[in-house]
Amino acid sequence: MIQETKLVSRRFKIPKVYQLETALKYEAYDTIKESLSQSPKRITNLVVESGLRGKGGGGAPAGTKWQLMPDDDPRPSYLVVNCDESEPGTFKDRQIISRDPHLLLEGMILSSYAIGANHAYIYIRGEYQSFEAILQGAIDEAYEASYLGKDILGSGFDLDVTIHRGAGAYICGEKSALLESMEGKRGHPRLKPKTKEPEWYFDNPTLVNNVETIASVPYIVKNGADAYRQYGTECSPGTLLFAMSGHVNRPGVYEVAFGTSMLEYINHFGGGMRGDKKLKALIPGGSSCPVLTADEVSKATLDYETLQAMGSALGTGGMIVMDEDTDMVEALKNLLEFYHDESCGQCTPCREGTGWSDKLVGKILSGKGTDKDIDKLLSLADLMNGKTICVFAPAVSGVIRSFIEKFRDEFVAKEQK
Amino acid sequence: MSFSFSDENILKIDKLKERYPSPKALTLPLLWMVQEQEGYISLDAVEVIATHTTRPAMEIYKTATFYTMFKLQPIGEYHIQLCKTLSCMLCGKTEILEEIKSTLGIEVGETTKDGRFTLSQVECLGSCSTAPMMQINTKNYENLTSKKIEQILKELS
Repeated sequence: MIQETKLVSRRFKIPKVYQLETALKYEAYDTIKESLSQSPKRITNLVVESGLRGKGGGGAPAGTKWQLMPDDDPRPSYLVVNCDESEPGTFKDRQIISRDPHLLLEGMILSSYAIGANHAYIYIRGEYQSFEAILQGAIDEAYEASYLGKDILGSGFDLDVTIHRGAGAYICGEKSALLESMEGKRGHPRLKPKTKEPEWYFDNPTLVNNVETIASVPYIVKNGADAYRQYGTECSPGTLLFAMSGHVNRPGVYEVAFGTSMLEYINHFGGGMRGDKKLKALIPGGSSCPVLTADEVSKATLDYETLQAMGSALGTGGMIVMDEDTDMVEALKNLLEFYHDESCGQCTPCREGTGWSDKLVGKILSGKGTDKDIDKLLSLADLMNGKTICVFAPAVSGVIRSFIEKFRDEFVAKEQK
Repeated sequence: MSFSFSDENILKIDKLKERYPSPKALTLPLLWMVQEQEGYISLDAVEVIATHTTRPAMEIYKTATFYTMFKLQPIGEYHIQLCKTLSCMLCGKTEILEEIKSTLGIEVGETTKDGRFTLSQVECLGSCSTAPMMQINTKNYENLTSKKIEQILKELS
């Protein structure tokens, strides 16, 4: 029987748990006192052993990233929490910051202590100002109760938390673009270093993690790595706040263990397709993941390895469900407009490629396209793959290819007669 | 120069400086502060921000023009931002857009003559489970229907 596994969303339904007084009655900040009296390495080790994977879309092992933070660097270290949630179909981090912000703060204290940071930032998208207000309220309360600030609970550990607001740029969810933005610049992703190293904020070693990743840390610290690993699969341990939107009866966010059947998830939590229509297609993890056909959906499980083997990706776990009446050419046009709007413009294949492909799909949609245009789109997708600083253009390339390869007949049907 | 921060904001800036390793980091917070104080960001304000952040004014301008939420021209009192991305499209944002356009008598990117409403279409606002949706200034309006649009706009007019 499919069910929710509430590790991060455990307190979501408790009324007013965003207030400290209520949160404390339900074990908020329980892990802090003991953890701050023990070695910081203990927390890092737990996160490594738990197999926790970054929950912002990439799915890289969180512990490995933490271990890149230096022990003996004289410069200050920073933690930056990525709350720039802008991937179409994704709306899970806002649930954490608006329903249980103290869980995130508890995770930030533990994570900052582990990496030796005395200042942590939360980079939040500019459109989330109503949620930002709730989060700021929680931060203010945490300062007053000595969970933040100087000498937290008499432990000798200091931590300041500052919210930094973005201003409407999708690309700032990419960690190096986010840091450029935090330095006051345009959100242009940085070139990747040859060897693994931390991120840098004004040349200081910095760890960037997604909201949900950091909010998963208190459970792991409290219950141990094995407790976390009892959920999910070998390669994808634990849970994710999966989400669905589009043509389902009950869209929303439901936390389940990795490895859950995709179709069961949609039918059980989503209440099936709206208006008893048939499922045609589904984008699994935010719009940047290649689209799946209904047949693929029936075979898919919600974990990194299965979706990768299917030529798609788990991404953020935000599924967009499309029924039999969906015009796939129109859907691709919508996504390409998004990517054209949001390309940062730094690399030519991306800046130009998103615009050209948007125009070509527009031409096909308006009934003026030919076979040649479809081939040109595929060749453009090739040109956009593997030639840019960040993964934005390669993702668009995969999206275009999947729509055409799986739904080519719909593109052909719109060709000029 | 015709722009200056309010006394209250000057105090806030001093406090903000303590929270960052470099004054350059204040660029986005100060652009927001100007926009909240004045409604938009003028070139005079850009120069004032340059002084506070120890950066050339051109760098501030470069940043300001990158982010869609920074307004370099005055806009209407109520900024309607209708989400246009996939989940909202699948759930009927096109009809909602037509309803708003016909009620206000303006196209996307325009402001009503009385200066009250500016209409924009924006990319995903992270509210896909309550599609179609829009934001007016900082408030979310979700699960929109034509009837709701009529009510919302009436209340604000």
